[in-house]
Amino acid sequence: MSGNQFMFYLFSAIIIVFSILTVTSRKILRAAIYLLFVLVSTSGLYFMLNYQFLAAVQLTLYAGGIVVLIIFSILLTSHISEKFEPIKPQKGIFSAIAAIAGAVLCIVTILDYKFSANTAVAREVNMNVIGKDLMNYGYDGYILPFEVISVLLLAAMIASIVIAKKIKN
Amino acid sequence: MTEGIPLNYFLVLSTLMFFIGIYGFLTRRNLITILMSVELILNSVNINFVSFNKYLYPERLQGHFFTLFIIAVAAAEAAVAIAIIINIYRNFKSINVEDADEMKY
Repeated sequence: MSGNQFMFYLFSAIIIVFSILTVTSRKILRAAIYLLFVLVSTSGLYFMLNYQFLAAVQLTLYAGGIVVLIIFSILLTSHISEKFEPIKPQKGIFSAIAAIAGAVLCIVTILDYKFSANTAVAREVNMNVIGKDLMNYGYDGYILPFEVISVLLLAAMIASIVIAKKIKN
Repeated sequence: MTEGIPLNYFLVLSTLMFFIGIYGFLTRRNLITILMSVELILNSVNINFVSFNKYLYPERLQGHFFTLFIIAVAAAEAAVAIAIIINIYRNFKSINVEDADEMKY
């Protein structure tokens, strides 16, 4: 087994195990920390695929921003030592059956299909290319989604301030 | 750096992660843990986008850029969701989905 295969299996094992722990842990703060492990190993996968900028964004925005936001709101809304009630067995079994059936169906379909790998020369991804593509409106340009995202972020920011604001009366 | 790892492995990994997120979405009752399940689902979709980009269309960067946009949308979604959750906590003193059952308070 070569080094990169070993790294892939390591990251996959971390992702699967900690994803399961995230959705089954009965302590909410621990679930948030397990989610952090999942997101960090995902950024490791992006590093393996040679998308360094994307991995850095994943680390700073997901692992740095969203998890901190989630932990902050956990501290604001629940007691840390509190444990969730165990889920009803019937509900747990039916949800597990639904999830496993979906996963088996998808995995069988994926393994059945033969993807033909493209042998074209990979485009180099550096900051220059990323910046020019984001600002470009021609072929390989993404200025329209970029602008839409900027408006969306502004709207989300204003909306969250308005919603979370205390109403004085 | 992906020699010896077929595309299918990445797809199986992201499928498993997606359905673990679905399981959490169906069984959890706390709003914040439901939000965490949604983050898992979004993350698995990102892995799909990036690996398709790398393996099938390496000469273009569509999957790369749309993953960037999905991360931005996830950040906006998390901010709005947490504002709503804090508001619900203020009004119902709980963030369980069963307790928040009326629009007007």
